[in-house]
Amino acid sequence: MTSPLEQKKLKITGPVVVTANRVGDGAVVYRQTDGGWSTSLDAAAVVTSAADAQELMHAATADDLGAIGPYVAPVKLLPGGHVRPGNLRELIRLGGPTIELPVAFQTEHQSDKLAAHVRL
Amino acid sequence: MYVYDAFDRTLVTERVAEFRDQVARRLSGELTEEEFKPLRLMNGVYLQLHAYMLRTAIPYGTLSSEQLRMLAHVARKYDRGYGHFTTRQNIQYHWIKLAELPDAMADFASVGMHGMQTSGNCVRNITTDQWAGVAPDEIEDPRLWAELVRQHVTLHPEFSFMPRKFKIAVGSSSHDRAALRTHDLALRLHRNSAGELGFEVLVGGGLGRTPFLAQTIKPFLAKRDVLSYVEAILRTYNQFGRRDNIYKARIKILVHELGPEAFAKEVDAEWQSIKDGALALDDAAVDEIAARFRYPTYERLDDGPPELAAARRANRSFDAWMSNSVANHKVAGYAIVTLSLKPEGGTPGDATAEQMDAIADLADRYSFGEIRVGHEQNLTLPHVAQRDLPALWRALAAIGVATPNVNFISDIISCPGLDYCSLANARSIPIAQEITRRFHNLDLQRDLGRLHVNISGCINACGHHHVGHIGILGVEKNGEEFYQITLGGKADENATLGTLIGPAVPYAQVADVVEDIAAAYLELRQRPDELFIDTVKRTGVEPFRERVYATR
Repeated sequence: MTSPLEQKKLKITGPVVVTANRVGDGAVVYRQTDGGWSTSLDAAAVVTSAADAQELMHAATADDLGAIGPYVAPVKLLPGGHVRPGNLRELIRLGGPTIELPVAFQTEHQSDKLAAHVRL
Repeated sequence: MYVYDAFDRTLVTERVAEFRDQVARRLSGELTEEEFKPLRLMNGVYLQLHAYMLRTAIPYGTLSSEQLRMLAHVARKYDRGYGHFTTRQNIQYHWIKLAELPDAMADFASVGMHGMQTSGNCVRNITTDQWAGVAPDEIEDPRLWAELVRQHVTLHPEFSFMPRKFKIAVGSSSHDRAALRTHDLALRLHRNSAGELGFEVLVGGGLGRTPFLAQTIKPFLAKRDVLSYVEAILRTYNQFGRRDNIYKARIKILVHELGPEAFAKEVDAEWQSIKDGALALDDAAVDEIAARFRYPTYERLDDGPPELAAARRANRSFDAWMSNSVANHKVAGYAIVTLSLKPEGGTPGDATAEQMDAIADLADRYSFGEIRVGHEQNLTLPHVAQRDLPALWRALAAIGVATPNVNFISDIISCPGLDYCSLANARSIPIAQEITRRFHNLDLQRDLGRLHVNISGCINACGHHHVGHIGILGVEKNGEEFYQITLGGKADENATLGTLIGPAVPYAQVADVVEDIAAAYLELRQRPDELFIDTVKRTGVEPFRERVYATR
């Protein structure tokens, strides 16, 4: 996956969100319509135009204490209002590694995420 | 083991206090991310896909049992109960919280460990042979020289903002276990024709986007001159290395563009002005550092105790492990034991906190409390009495680190890849895991013999794919993961870069391709003892290419 670190110019061809990493723990977060951040992709503000994406990016970048390194990421819209990542990199960011973490420390939460990968 | 003094302890403790203040200011908003990023990177703190990552140095790959227990403690208390040993004798934690980082660093500092210079455009952790001090083919313990250079370059203001990062390795054995020629600077201790000990100096190695093997710029450098000559190289690089283009900033590009001879002339001109100054080493300075390395008090033992032979006869699994994972020691009656962190289906280089604690206990019982970390992402117990090997094997097997696959096809070097890394284009770990499953039969692995598979998830080549006998590089094509395959690379004293065999193959076919390559080798080799790498050298990659692409 081309790293979004190399993202220079916004070219929007479908639905996108703005995503970043939370300052306190580096967790993956998504920009919401109300200006906050959420770890739920379903809660993200989804836009479809370059102008709207730039507006989201502008606000996200200004929120330096909320999250780090915001960028625009593609998503897919599913029936029922659900949002899914648009590529493998974003899928891994949302769901965690596609591999099992060392078994002794596998939490129920991580197992759920792995199951989500299988479903995807 | 090297025993740190009060100066070292003060330095790492002060760094923790400084970083604690920086983190507090970042969390309060006093520092922006732009201001904070270079500060965290100077302490080995990256931001990866899911979380912050802490990289901690294990200088020249040597750990005490106390330090290994601390690695376990940090994994358990601040992370998710495991750590990842890297290809440069570091450990990485992938899930650490910013607010807890200062506490984790303080815990590391209590055992003399830190993340300084594990990131940034400075001299990185200086690596060496994981068998240093115990290898029978070694001239002299190379860690002394690694430590000497480490002390000189640590927080050296002139070398803290170089054009790019700078990796140094030191070796002193006839067989290179430290991948010397893949480094920006390599020092190889050897004897000249007059019988004097000194260094061959090689520069300009490095993998990544533009791979080069280091070239010799000085065949023999007297020991007294090692610091001044290293300083001259760093100064030359600092002056002439490119800062306008990150892809051309490493010293390998400078050496390539100038040519090794012209680069050596520049170094020599600088060196002449400093060689007889403060950096010229006297015996007292070297002896002082040497005195801080403590060696075990070995028992007087004979090689091949009868109980060992009996145990090998009695247990085929133990015998297989002995043949694979146990090497000769320079002291009679002792052995060097490699602990495989490459179980079938596992993540190469990962160890759980429980495993680390158990290994620390076993090191105390059987290896004078010392553990080593190798660039192949395995651990080593360097001082095991041969009579203890059966008991040690049972204990290692019980914690899953006695797979007898060292140097076999499932002993894979792998970067974290797209499962963790923000730079990656493709996943590495699941590829490695699938290959280990395909080759789970140890008889087949033994038949294939020495065969190194190295996997990188992007062109930065942290998985050393260029120097794998089979190299696998993940790339992106139209949003899908594809993998380029190279053959014939090697990282030892006859280092070679691999040759690309053809178009990249999709994720789902990589393990099939490796199976095809292995099958082709078994058909092509002239004798059972012709190694894979020698077959590739003899035949070239063409017969392998034909086999791989015949049906694709």
